[in-house]
Amino acid sequence: MSVLERQQEAGHAIRSPVINDFSLVVATANGTGSQTANLTLLRSFFKLGIPVHGKNIFPSNIQGLPTWYHIRVSHEGYIARRPSEILVAFNPATAHDDVQELPSGGVCIYSADLKNLPQRNDLIYYRVPVGELIAGIDVPVKRKPYIANMAYVGVVAWMLEVPLEVVEEALGAQFGYRQKLVESNQQVVDRAYAWAAENLSKQDPFRVEPMNKTEGLIVMTGNEAGALGAVFGGASVAAWYPITPSTSFMDALREYLPKLRKDDQGKPTYTIIQAEDELAAAGMLLGAGWAGARAVTSTSGPGISLMAEFVSYGYFTEVPAVIWDIQRVGPSTGLPTRTSQGDIAFAYTLGHGDTKHPILLPSSIEECFEFGWKSLDLAEQLQTPVFVLSDLDLGMNNWMGRPFEYPDQPMQRGKVLSAEQLQAMGGFARYKDVDGDGIPYRTLPGTDHPLAAYFNRGSGHNEQAQYSERAEDWLNNMARIARKFETARDLVPAPATELNPSARVGIIAFGTTRYAIEEARDRLAHRLPTSLLRLRALPINQAVRDFVAAHERVYVIELNRGGQMHGILQNELPEFAGRLRSIAYLDGMPLTARWVEDRLLKEEESSL
Amino acid sequence: MENPTPPSTDRAQVIKTNAIGLSKKDYDGAPSTLCKGCGHNSIASQIVQVGFELNLRAHEIIKLSGIGCSSKSPAYFLGMSHGFNALHGRMPSVSTGALIANHTLRAIGVSGDGDTGSIGMGQFKHLMRRNVRMVYIVENNGVYGLTKGQFSATAEEGLQLKYAGVNEFPQVDLCMEAIIAGCGFVARSFAGDAKQVRELLKAALSHRGTAVLDIISPCVAFNNEDDSPKSYGYGTKHEKPLHELGFIPYAEEISIEPMEPGEFRTVRLHDGSHISLRNLDSGYDPTHKLAALERLQRAQDTREFITGLIYYNPDRPSLAEVEELDTPLAQLSAEQLRPSKAALDQFLQSYR
Repeated sequence: MSVLERQQEAGHAIRSPVINDFSLVVATANGTGSQTANLTLLRSFFKLGIPVHGKNIFPSNIQGLPTWYHIRVSHEGYIARRPSEILVAFNPATAHDDVQELPSGGVCIYSADLKNLPQRNDLIYYRVPVGELIAGIDVPVKRKPYIANMAYVGVVAWMLEVPLEVVEEALGAQFGYRQKLVESNQQVVDRAYAWAAENLSKQDPFRVEPMNKTEGLIVMTGNEAGALGAVFGGASVAAWYPITPSTSFMDALREYLPKLRKDDQGKPTYTIIQAEDELAAAGMLLGAGWAGARAVTSTSGPGISLMAEFVSYGYFTEVPAVIWDIQRVGPSTGLPTRTSQGDIAFAYTLGHGDTKHPILLPSSIEECFEFGWKSLDLAEQLQTPVFVLSDLDLGMNNWMGRPFEYPDQPMQRGKVLSAEQLQAMGGFARYKDVDGDGIPYRTLPGTDHPLAAYFNRGSGHNEQAQYSERAEDWLNNMARIARKFETARDLVPAPATELNPSARVGIIAFGTTRYAIEEARDRLAHRLPTSLLRLRALPINQAVRDFVAAHERVYVIELNRGGQMHGILQNELPEFAGRLRSIAYLDGMPLTARWVEDRLLKEEESSL
Repeated sequence: MENPTPPSTDRAQVIKTNAIGLSKKDYDGAPSTLCKGCGHNSIASQIVQVGFELNLRAHEIIKLSGIGCSSKSPAYFLGMSHGFNALHGRMPSVSTGALIANHTLRAIGVSGDGDTGSIGMGQFKHLMRRNVRMVYIVENNGVYGLTKGQFSATAEEGLQLKYAGVNEFPQVDLCMEAIIAGCGFVARSFAGDAKQVRELLKAALSHRGTAVLDIISPCVAFNNEDDSPKSYGYGTKHEKPLHELGFIPYAEEISIEPMEPGEFRTVRLHDGSHISLRNLDSGYDPTHKLAALERLQRAQDTREFITGLIYYNPDRPSLAEVEELDTPLAQLSAEQLRPSKAALDQFLQSYR
């Protein structure tokens, strides 16, 4: 429920102040540089100590198509998407619809260049004479549209009572050391602020007040956090092919690795290869993993499709690799710039034949970092391709988070035999289950011992990695790999559980839907108390079984059409298949708390 | 009638060893499961011979392949070296990854004409663009053997085969593709010409970049009629070496001189060894890119079976050099791979 709704329900006068609790949307055309202006606003709220989150809803386009930037400001710390009360209308192509979508009592800050803006009696309008405000500012002509966006920054700052020095600080952070850019942009902000103060009168109830809820926090995108995790996880080979929304993962790696990963002589301890396609990227990963490097790639659904053949190979020949899938909306090209959780079922069993892969499911930048290094450990421990399924919302948007915790365990390199160990053991069998955990021993090419070599092959093989079509060899090998997957259950990150003793209903979720779900649970605290289990990885462990067993009904909420995780859980927990219910939805936008709340109530009504 | 080998009373005396004390047998692999008489088997035995003669250390070699008859053969040589039998057409990407992880390894890759010229053409070309250091052997017979004789992309236009019918499409010349992709060591040979295969293999191992050996290797099951340009009969009769080749390990530096027909010259390879070329083809200069392409095209037009070192250019840096690789990435310690906690905390300052 928005503040406006609440105020209206409570019969409050609309004008009583609404502090640190609103959602603001900036509507612009793609490619006009509005991202800088939007991040300046986001950072300003962050610097004021108010929990904030921004979501860029952008088109698959370089220039011209509409784009929206949603900023949620919440003193309570809720950061899920919520319909906006405040609109900055700077895109003539969408202004009409944008205005119509505002709730009653909402605010419309609009560029004076817009024609035929719908006039609604229940809205508050502020007009921004952009041309006037940027006249005479000394910037190259091509940068004019960019600084024009600073006009709305100034007016928003005036309206919400954001101190100008805070905006200046945020601008500085945006531009880094490029002082001249800071100055010209700041000039426009100042002018717009002064102009608004003199010519507009504040009629809306929204404003900010400093608080201390962001102290010590950082702001980062999930892709940056994941890449940083990979840097600290010792990723030494990255091979990739550009695809939205994963590209910024590799951009971050390309920025971070040279800063953090040079040896004593200044030589890189990594290589990044831009491959010719995702097939090749996956091949490079497996080649590198086989030879002993820590290999990582990032891609999205269409890339996963191409990687299927190598993932099947990697599963069967037991080669470590880490694949980040920053999920976007499929099938096919789908909605390449919109978020989804639609690759779960595909990735879990990617490849022909009997295959199953560990999947890590981050929901925050902290988990992106943690899984960034942990996935590389797991891949080498389990000798298999490991997926990290993030999504566009997490990967490309800026999120607050606690400063990342340094890896709390030494780097895990798995069961790799040295020449000395081989000598002591008198040789080894590549695919033999020595320890009973299904995980065999391996040697790396280059190991100087006559018994080190084995032949890595995707065809049927026996324990010695020799070609075999014998039924027994096939059965034994596949049974051992299945055993390895059982070992994985307690090696992968355990789920995070919030048990509510009075709840008969449980929710299972994963990834970024948690924010809408957490807010919805709070709103439902009295009408429908729930427990929450947030999956952080597949395969599931006993904790998931226990959670389902402890509730009468368990809703699996996810961002796809078919209820993919629901299907996986029903399969894994056949005895509870009946109590697992699916709430699955995907329209290209992140879930809202309101939607989750309504759906849960509706499902509960129909189950009674 | 065959003469059985006389039983040896003292084996140690008859087994010849190389400079590192290994016998030729130590370079063997598993017994071949390919057809008797397959050209691929003779190439495998030349790899064994070369390993022995060059004193190769098994652990410094990796052998890779794709899928197909040719790609089975890494199992049949250098049994003490790590091997990677990859996916169909994907040997190049796996090699790239493996050799980035450990650029000190020397790689021998074996592919076929289907594996390289059809399903793997993209990866083949990008491997050479990046100049990944490896010996890339194409065992080229113009047909798919394991699936019973379909044409591959290197089959000659108009070629008629019992199973496949008439090939209506122009052939892909893998040497031309290699030269155009930027490969600096491009050779063609014939599985029936053991000496030339051997000398080219040795020279290719000395090249610090991708070295492509397109070896016509007859398929005795599906493409060995005497009128087929990829048959033993045709090759034996028509092979036209551009030069007589010889490999000279670690000789002193000798510069390249322009040459006339019949002239002799040596070309220095990256590791200081040389290849000697006694020219048999009027004025042919293997360091001239356009001339090489022109010669290949002329050979295709007139169905000449030219062999030898077709193009050589040592100038481009290898991928490992471009990436400034030093200690093999696969051998870095955890300390080298994971920056300190202080580095993390400091790095995060700029995200506050």
